[in-house]
Amino acid sequence: MKAFAYARPRSLDETYDLLDEAGPGDVRMIVGGTDLIVGLQGERLTPRLVIDLKHMHDLPAGITHTPERVSVSAVTSLSEVIADERIGALFPGLVEAAQTVGSIQIRNRASLAGNVCNASPAADTAPALLAYDAVVVIASRAGARRVHVGDFILGPRRTALAPDEIVIALELPKPGGPSGAKFARLTRRRGVDLATLSLCCTVGPRRTRFAFGALAPRPFVVDDDSGVLADPAGNELTRERILHEITDQARPISDLRARADYRQAMVLVLSRRALRSALILRDTASTAPTEGGA
Amino acid sequence: MTYRYPLRATINGTLRSIDVSSTQTLLDALRWDLGLTGSKECCAEGECGACTVLVGGQAVNACLVLAVEVDGLEITTIEGLETGGRLSRLQDAFLETGAIQCGFCIPGMVMAAQALLDENPHPRPDEVRDGLAGNLCRCGGYQRIIDAVLLAAGPEVTDEAAEQQATVQQATVQQATEGLSA
Repeated sequence: MKAFAYARPRSLDETYDLLDEAGPGDVRMIVGGTDLIVGLQGERLTPRLVIDLKHMHDLPAGITHTPERVSVSAVTSLSEVIADERIGALFPGLVEAAQTVGSIQIRNRASLAGNVCNASPAADTAPALLAYDAVVVIASRAGARRVHVGDFILGPRRTALAPDEIVIALELPKPGGPSGAKFARLTRRRGVDLATLSLCCTVGPRRTRFAFGALAPRPFVVDDDSGVLADPAGNELTRERILHEITDQARPISDLRARADYRQAMVLVLSRRALRSALILRDTASTAPTEGGA
Repeated sequence: MTYRYPLRATINGTLRSIDVSSTQTLLDALRWDLGLTGSKECCAEGECGACTVLVGGQAVNACLVLAVEVDGLEITTIEGLETGGRLSRLQDAFLETGAIQCGFCIPGMVMAAQALLDENPHPRPDEVRDGLAGNLCRCGGYQRIIDAVLLAAGPEVTDEAAEQQATVQQATVQQATEGLSA
């Protein structure tokens, strides 16, 4: 590791001061550090300053629920997200995705916000966050702004974050009406491995949405508003044609995990399976008694 | 240029104060500064779990934590499981089942298992497999490792068994006292 200064601000204001002092040079934030430290070890990342965001009194870890949305603080670990039963009920695809990140040891440290800020094309939680229209809450001394996660991740390891800004939370709007969701992931082996490809399929009353990871420079979403995919009794040939159209939008690369043509072939298979599971989950959820006041 | 910071942390129940460099991982500090070489370095990128320790009771990869980050926290390493020179029940179980082959992964395996048992004292075999999914064994000795954790956890009826034993003890005491008073 190249030498860097470490700072542990006690408040957001102190963090903004540090960012101002550091200037536009290379500053990195640490929450879980499970991606950052790998980058530091290999000297792919050589920041002059690392700011530890876990000690600010005005940015505690935790998950807050309001009638409209769920907010996950930027310093909340993936294990906390997985353990939150209300997130599991509202955003099952997100919990499934979070459970595939690394190992228990990784998930106990790694944050949901960090997975987004790291902006890997293969980030496991990104397809689920995209599918659920998650919003990244960005703060600076000038105030807060909200950016859709699809506009936040610009490309491999590139985000819309300015040098004087930090991410303070992720917000998920609560879905209205019955919906089903399924996360699917292809890896070379079970357990700790990066995704060869991943996707999250959500099905509402009419709209079917696919969000894909590791199939393009950044995660992306394709919607089907025809209602054909959302109809379990829909015409099979039409359904196949639409699934092909959707998965043909993938632009995979060949790398050590798989060749591009294998990814292209498999995304269709996994999409088909995920759609079937999401439809079953939607239709069993809508016949089950609904939770009052949730 | 190096940046050094004070680190005060409770390590295996003892408050320790050292100075660490910002570039040191928790694993480096444990092994080189504190002489706790039980935690092993293997992949150094969070793939293998050989460096697993508990931070605030949670299993983490010590190779993916900066030493300065744990200031003020409680750390438990493999060295912290014994009491008064006696191995813990979990450690004994690893010996009893022959779970240790080359041994390199074992400290990490034991710490991951300890975290699992702290949260779920009587895991099912599949829960043990999930709990140890972040730990690789290069000897491939997974089955005996899983057996060891299940042995340490004991059967799920432990509470009931303890109650039964207490009832038997009570009856014995009662019998004995009755005998005395007769």
